[in-house]
Amino acid sequence: MATTAEPTTAVTQPKMVNLTIEGRPVSVPEGTSILEAGKRAGVLIPHYCYHPALSIAGNCRMCLVDVEKAPKLAPACATAAAEGQVVHIYTEKALEARKGVLEMLLINHPLDCPICDKSGECELQDFTYQEGPAESRLRDPKRFNPVEDFGGDVLYTTSRCILCTRCVRFMDEMAQDTVLNVTERGDRALIGKFEGKDLTHEWAGNVIDLCPVGALLSKDSLNKARSWELDHAPSICTGCSQGCNISIDTRDNMVIRFRPRPNEHVNKYFMCDTGRLDYRWINRQDRVEVPLVRRGESLAAADWDVAIPATAALLDGHRVFVAASANLSNETLYLLSQLIRANGGTGAFTVLTGPEAPLPGVPDLSLRADRAANGDGATLLGFRRTASLLDGLTAGDVLIVADADAANITPAQLALAAAVIVIGTTLPENLRTAAIVLPIANHAEEDGTFTNLRGRVQRFYQAKAAPGMARPSWWVVGDVLAALGKGNAYYLASEVFAAMASDVSAFAGMTYDALGMRGLVVSGGAK
Amino acid sequence: MGYPHPSHARETPVLSQYFGDQDGIGLDGWRKRGGYNGLQKALSMSPAEIVDVVKASGLRGRGGAGFPTGIKWSFMKPGDGKPHYLCCNADESEPGTFKDREIMRWTPHALVEGCAIGAYAIGAETAYIYIRGEFTEPLIRMRQAVREAYDAGIIGKNAMGSGKRIDIVIHKGAGAYICGEETAMMNSIEGRRGNPRIKPPFPAVSGVFAQPTTINNVETLAAVPHIIVRGAEWYKGLSLSSPKSTGSKLFSVCGNIAKPGNYEVTLGFPFKDFLYDLCGGPLPGRTFKAVVPGGISVPIQTMEEAEATKMDYEGFIDQGSMLGSGGVIVFDDQQNMVKQIARAARFFAHESCAQCTQCREGTAWTTKIMERIRDGEGTHEDLDTLFSIADNMTGKTICVLSDSCAVPVVSGINKFRSEFEALIKKPKFHPVTAAVA
Repeated sequence: MATTAEPTTAVTQPKMVNLTIEGRPVSVPEGTSILEAGKRAGVLIPHYCYHPALSIAGNCRMCLVDVEKAPKLAPACATAAAEGQVVHIYTEKALEARKGVLEMLLINHPLDCPICDKSGECELQDFTYQEGPAESRLRDPKRFNPVEDFGGDVLYTTSRCILCTRCVRFMDEMAQDTVLNVTERGDRALIGKFEGKDLTHEWAGNVIDLCPVGALLSKDSLNKARSWELDHAPSICTGCSQGCNISIDTRDNMVIRFRPRPNEHVNKYFMCDTGRLDYRWINRQDRVEVPLVRRGESLAAADWDVAIPATAALLDGHRVFVAASANLSNETLYLLSQLIRANGGTGAFTVLTGPEAPLPGVPDLSLRADRAANGDGATLLGFRRTASLLDGLTAGDVLIVADADAANITPAQLALAAAVIVIGTTLPENLRTAAIVLPIANHAEEDGTFTNLRGRVQRFYQAKAAPGMARPSWWVVGDVLAALGKGNAYYLASEVFAAMASDVSAFAGMTYDALGMRGLVVSGGAK
Repeated sequence: MGYPHPSHARETPVLSQYFGDQDGIGLDGWRKRGGYNGLQKALSMSPAEIVDVVKASGLRGRGGAGFPTGIKWSFMKPGDGKPHYLCCNADESEPGTFKDREIMRWTPHALVEGCAIGAYAIGAETAYIYIRGEFTEPLIRMRQAVREAYDAGIIGKNAMGSGKRIDIVIHKGAGAYICGEETAMMNSIEGRRGNPRIKPPFPAVSGVFAQPTTINNVETLAAVPHIIVRGAEWYKGLSLSSPKSTGSKLFSVCGNIAKPGNYEVTLGFPFKDFLYDLCGGPLPGRTFKAVVPGGISVPIQTMEEAEATKMDYEGFIDQGSMLGSGGVIVFDDQQNMVKQIARAARFFAHESCAQCTQCREGTAWTTKIMERIRDGEGTHEDLDTLFSIADNMTGKTICVLSDSCAVPVVSGINKFRSEFEALIKKPKFHPVTAAVA
């Protein structure tokens, strides 16, 4: 089985070679392809079959470049950069060759961009606009193949396929579950599925992102949006403790899909199907939209100016028991821990678990057993992981349910508490006896950080607006602390993070800027 | 002895000497005909000596490319701690070529002997013989010959008592032309889809099972025992024209000709004499129009070119074509070249492995246009398009199948343009005007 080239982290310094690509000098480790060297030089050489995580196929012939002194055009993906090489991408010879490839790719392509989900983020469109032919010379009928259901979340629009075999190689090399193949020969060739097999592998959905054209589509997001209608926000998947980097794609404030975002330290280019398809909860419509304060038998809507002092009054002088969600950000959990520190008390969280599902081709990448994003952050910040959420709740405590799963909370447990404060996105039936309900934004609606199971602290960004009067969770808890006279109000998530970094040794020295898009590992490493 | 016709006096029967001789097929009969003397002698020599003899003989690859065999063998570095492999390419699928088939049918032990010598010379312990899927009879004969050779101790753990291990494994193909391309063949032997691999790495560095490998054609290996027994000088002396082309070569002749079949001549033989004398010239009342001299992948020759050709590697190039695999296809005045070229293009479109874009799409597109012209629906622009597609298909892909498809099209249009134009100018059939008329 072919292995993928990894950037070597070996102690020995790799030998460097110097070359010129489109007039730009660049120095790369020996063995680097011209295509990768081009990326370092800041020039994207057009390509389809090449993908940095997969073996070299060299079949699309799109990356043909002109190397001085070479007799023929060289495929940039399969040609190693060499000392003194002078590479030209835009010579007439290379442009003509790539134009020829594009014409060939398009002769049997249905050109149904107006009804194709990929349209707008399609590499076939991009490179055709960039350097393809304006018209086709084909006068004969196009080849046609019907659409196939590949199982899982994947639909195969055969006629659009350019046979780059990225999907076949992903299943063979990364998922190591041989499901796909190239069936038939010549222009009759198509991607086939082995008898009795389906794309039901936990990581199979990645073939959709790998497909450079509109051949492999997600059934889940089929026809939901044109790509140019989507907004993209970098985020972190909350499906498990792996912390895969994702892009949350929204249309008109609704989440349409999750897509993986590359991070070589965490998830390479991939995410699992469980994470990918678990986004509908973000769009749920039964949200708490205004602060609610108890007035006798009922909860009445109140302004934040009323709800925050009321919360502080309830808390004043009481021990607290914080039942937290393991999907709260480090920032919010830190402020909750400050509340516990100020008033005395304890914090606990539960984590749902499920079977692990690794991606064999990538070391240390798996759908983890812990199905929450920030259990490790919560532990670092002093919260106790427990099997039963309210275990240890003592009479007279003020119970704060901070977006935790309340399904198992009983009226008897609630009766034990001096008061119940809900800080949440929703108000479950069994918590309607609460004294105060403070509406917060969910993970897609606020900024923050999570700490994954390897101790990597990673940022997520706001992807959509929170409903009604809901505020970011760190803002709400910060305001409560300020009202108690135990801290300052915060106006930015980064300010909370800075306070945490100066207070909690594991996060010492970190800032949002330093975390960047790749994250940093907490000092002392993973737990 | 010749097959299916008696040997002509001007032939040089070296490989074909026992074609048609039933007694030569089995091991005992083959031994009576001098079989395995070459291997016996080779095993007493050092591998380097054998490589030097083959180098000195000037033997060049008979599969099509014509690469000097001795030099190819010298790329192998025995003793580097890796397993080495010899692959015998018996996937003879080039349209018009059927010489290896006859070697395997009539003289299977000659190939076993050649493989054993080759394997020993390059330090390989295992030789694969990759036989074309459609070759049923050669497969049976080869399997039997290998079994006989094992039973007699000629090959195996202790080949002819030399202490050397030489294993020969017969691998049956599944009917893909592309598996005759050496890297596709290696994939096929490994059990993968027969797709050509990107070179480099070349097979001598990373071949079958990623180990150093040499690939030789059946005819090349079958010639080796003769060179070992009779010496490099004898083989080198077999040359009528260019000193770079030595030895005898089998030519398979088919098409519109009086006596189709296999002919073995010394390289440099005049092609005109070959066609008119050995092969009996055209069928009664007809004249030759064109020749494809080396399998359908090489450029078509007009008769003017063919008759001026010396039959060797250089001679065919001088006259606008290539020696190729030695598959001579003859067309006479009754044939329409557009139809013939369209058929050739269809073959390549059917056999393209579908990896490279230009080949997958280009071969099929070429076929569509060629068949449209053939059917009288072509235009003058189509000819320009064909040239442009051919240009895109040449020198830009992993292997040369796509180049091979472009070759007959380009040479065909250039040399027989009038036939294309006649079909293009022919009034188009139109159901309404046809009914009125």
